[in-house]
Amino acid sequence: MLVYIVRRILIAIPVLFAASLFVFLMADTTGDPLLELQLAQPPVSEEVIAAEAERLYLDRSVPERYWLWVTGIGGNGDIGLLQGEWGPSVRSASYDIGAEIGSRLWVTLRLVTASLFLSIGFGILTGVISALRQYSKLDYGLTFIGFTLLAMPSFWVAALLREAGVWINQQRDGPNIFWTISASSPDTRNFSNWELFTDAAGHLILPTLALFLAGYAALSRYQRASMLEVMNSDYVRLAKAKGLRHGTVVRRHALRTALIPVTTLSLLLIAGTIDGAVLVETVFQWQGLGTFLVESIQRRDSYAVMGFLMLSGILVIIANLIADILYGVLDPRIRYE
Amino acid sequence: MSEIDATRPAEPPGASGQPDAEAITTEERGQFKTVVVRFLRHRLAMISLFVFLLILAFAFLGPLVWPYDHTIQRDVPASISPTWEHPFGTTSAGNDVFAQVMRGTQQSLKVAFTVAAIATTIGAIYGAVAGYFGGRVDDILMRIVDVILVIPLLVLVAAIAGATRGGTSWYTIALIIGFFGWTSLSRLVRSVVLSLREQEFVEAARAMGASDIRIIFAHLLPNTAGVIIVAATLLIATTILAEAGLSFLGLGIQAPDTSLGLLIENARSAPFTRPWLFYPPGFFIIAIALTVNFIGDGLRDALDPRQTLVRR
Amino acid sequence: MSSVPPDAGRPPQRDPDVVLEVDELSVAFPTEDGLVHAVRGVSYQLRRGEVLGIVGESGSGKSVTSLAVMGLLPSSARVTGSARIVGEEMVGLKDVAISRIRGERVAMIFQDPLTSLTPVHTIGRQIGEAIRAHRKVSKSVARDRSIELLETVGIPNPQQRVDNYPHELSGGMRQRVVVAIAMANEPDVIIADEPTTALDVTVQAQVLDALRSAREATGAAMILITHDLGVVAGQVDRVGVMYAGRLVELGAVDDVFYRPRMPYTLGLLGSLPRVDEDRGHRLTPIVGTPPSMVNLPTGCPFAPRCPMMESRCLEEEPALFAASGIEHHAACHFHDRLTDDTAPTDLFDTAAADSELTGEYEEQP
Repeated sequence: MLVYIVRRILIAIPVLFAASLFVFLMADTTGDPLLELQLAQPPVSEEVIAAEAERLYLDRSVPERYWLWVTGIGGNGDIGLLQGEWGPSVRSASYDIGAEIGSRLWVTLRLVTASLFLSIGFGILTGVISALRQYSKLDYGLTFIGFTLLAMPSFWVAALLREAGVWINQQRDGPNIFWTISASSPDTRNFSNWELFTDAAGHLILPTLALFLAGYAALSRYQRASMLEVMNSDYVRLAKAKGLRHGTVVRRHALRTALIPVTTLSLLLIAGTIDGAVLVETVFQWQGLGTFLVESIQRRDSYAVMGFLMLSGILVIIANLIADILYGVLDPRIRYE
Repeated sequence: MSEIDATRPAEPPGASGQPDAEAITTEERGQFKTVVVRFLRHRLAMISLFVFLLILAFAFLGPLVWPYDHTIQRDVPASISPTWEHPFGTTSAGNDVFAQVMRGTQQSLKVAFTVAAIATTIGAIYGAVAGYFGGRVDDILMRIVDVILVIPLLVLVAAIAGATRGGTSWYTIALIIGFFGWTSLSRLVRSVVLSLREQEFVEAARAMGASDIRIIFAHLLPNTAGVIIVAATLLIATTILAEAGLSFLGLGIQAPDTSLGLLIENARSAPFTRPWLFYPPGFFIIAIALTVNFIGDGLRDALDPRQTLVRR
Repeated sequence: MSSVPPDAGRPPQRDPDVVLEVDELSVAFPTEDGLVHAVRGVSYQLRRGEVLGIVGESGSGKSVTSLAVMGLLPSSARVTGSARIVGEEMVGLKDVAISRIRGERVAMIFQDPLTSLTPVHTIGRQIGEAIRAHRKVSKSVARDRSIELLETVGIPNPQQRVDNYPHELSGGMRQRVVVAIAMANEPDVIIADEPTTALDVTVQAQVLDALRSAREATGAAMILITHDLGVVAGQVDRVGVMYAGRLVELGAVDDVFYRPRMPYTLGLLGSLPRVDEDRGHRLTPIVGTPPSMVNLPTGCPFAPRCPMMESRCLEEEPALFAASGIEHHAACHFHDRLTDDTAPTDLFDTAAADSELTGEYEEQP
């Protein structure tokens, strides 16, 4: 098992490096961070532009810049992922991309983790129930709900939930029931730890609800299909032929194997959730990574965009690693491969 | 969200509850006829196809007969509730929302169809090449796919679309999404080709001296057509959602042109105050994605040769 | 559904020696194309310690019959008639009641050993589970018994093998593990559904040996379902031949093999290559394909392929008539026209079959 885990990690490292190259090329070659400056009215002098280009390492060649971005060797100490520096920002010389990402990461991670756990929990639960009650009214109902959720844009659901929250808050006097703006209250200085927790949790409710639905629907349909396949398998039939009761067969023989293919969905599930988080954060005006990305794109802040892309790549790879390890735990065939 | 649903697995054969591996002989029918008959019997898919065709007509023929277009017009009163003249009301700037939804649906569908075409072509060829050659080639090609898949699609596309802002029309958006949206499909085609290439007809073609290119295009890809058609259909639904998200972030189609995502963005605080601005674009997105998914499901059931008989 | 005559091998009162009694069992599946009548009124009896072979082409309903006996058909299947294991009715039994009989009174072995075992549990656990489902014994007792069972079915190093996962064993070994599971509770009946079909010829013998040891160790009666007449010949006491969902011939193995009274059986035997025949011996294929099980024509289902077909065959489906020999029955109107000397070549035309086959090939470009 340990060998298996180590090997999985070793496989992840080259993927990480390839992803860094990919992310760099995508963000570096498609936008011009100096465009705003060049088009500024009144015009900015050539020297200022040249100085800005130098500060942003735009005077270097593309391979050199990639080398700098990854290692930071030969830079001014503000660049180099391996040194924990994310690169200089277009916004200003004092704007620290790393610090910004660091403070926003926990906000976004809260939302993403909460909604992932809900997606996985409910997805597996209803998928299994649907499969065990195949062709029942419950199955048809859950399938229909799943299809509908898959078709609903998460930002539309988010906007609807948010306005519903606002509307409910307006309907009654007294304190608000729902938090509809931001990831936490504006002033949390005098909050105890418990108050901080409930405050954050309260702000999480509506955005999480909007975010987990699509992932839930995809996972639930996948789990249903996988469970159905297992329930029709020879080994489940043999388990019944041994004289095990239906419930025991489901618990011991079907459930565990039916979970195995679902772990392969993890990569797309977390990638999709990050996508959704960007949209949902925008709707609920969270100071998270999603809104950071949108602002950075609008400012053509390429190191910031690269930083975000790289970070989501890292998150996806880590999640995938966890899923791979779970896969190994669930399936003895993989472990000894 | 944007990508998960494209990866929905083919429903396993057991899903139909077939009693036994033993085949039960029934009357024989031609392959094509069987597919058509099965699809026609899929009631939900047929209804969906009908609704989808209505939406197509609304988006592409509607603007030809509707007196207003999506732009701001002098003779359109601003901020009015729905009337017969303006069924979805008007915006505060003086756009007829009905015309906007028509235009938005049209733009979104154009993006979706183009993406489906681009992504299907790239994904099918890429997957077929990887699966056919196998070994080293397969390893390298699939590692590249892994790397692209690691970066969330919408985020990636947003970064690139945002950088090329200014010339953002529906086809640039379509090109960008299409250029990165083929990865899941290539994996699917690869896995089918991997199993096909061991079969006798490929051996036979090779023995007869057919070139690799000919084997891929004349023998392998036609035999994966079923999988490709279903995946392409589902890709349309995925793209509708991705494009809407992109436009919602302000990184997709820009005013004065419009799209369903942009319309929702403009009306996002309106669901309780002026619902006629908020709901129609949302419902059109849902209707398109839903009907396309059902059509894809019907196609899959019709095309899946393993899904033989038993059904309730 | 046509009627089966009263003399279909069924004694008037219950014989305590009968461990499995199938009576007028029918199974139908609703499908896109209509009801598929997979099994149509099958009746037979199995006596203690006896081995009954059931042969037939795929789709003849031989597997579905035994799945119906076990209550393992999907819920959409419509099962009528009766199947009694040691007097206990299996048809229509609910989960709790039927799970008490399964594994304890009747066990089953399936065709594909590669998919028959749960991939995520060790084989020791899977055998032990079968024991503990019916006996209140500790895990270590169950484990010891599992090792013992593995030894009986001829698995080398059972002490080590017991902790292996299925994927660490070969197909033949896995099938022997399935046999061990089947004999775990010394059942009265073991149903083996094509137990050797998915295996290499060299491994088949080992599995057949394991089956024989299982029978000897438990004294169980066995139903051996196969399409391999060679397997049947050396293993069974009686044979039933199934065609289009019905038993068309049933009798002692020598009667059925050497004195068949149903043209289909004769045809099956004629299509079997034999080492003991002369070099000039020709095989006699049966021309045509089995009928659709959705819209079965009236009359004998074999009639369209039968060289002895007469108009009566198209109008009336023959019942199981008593034929020569002890408890030998055949479903043919003209069973008495077949004599002990009728050879397959007398009925089935090797030349005609050849020319038809060549014709088929010529049609295709």
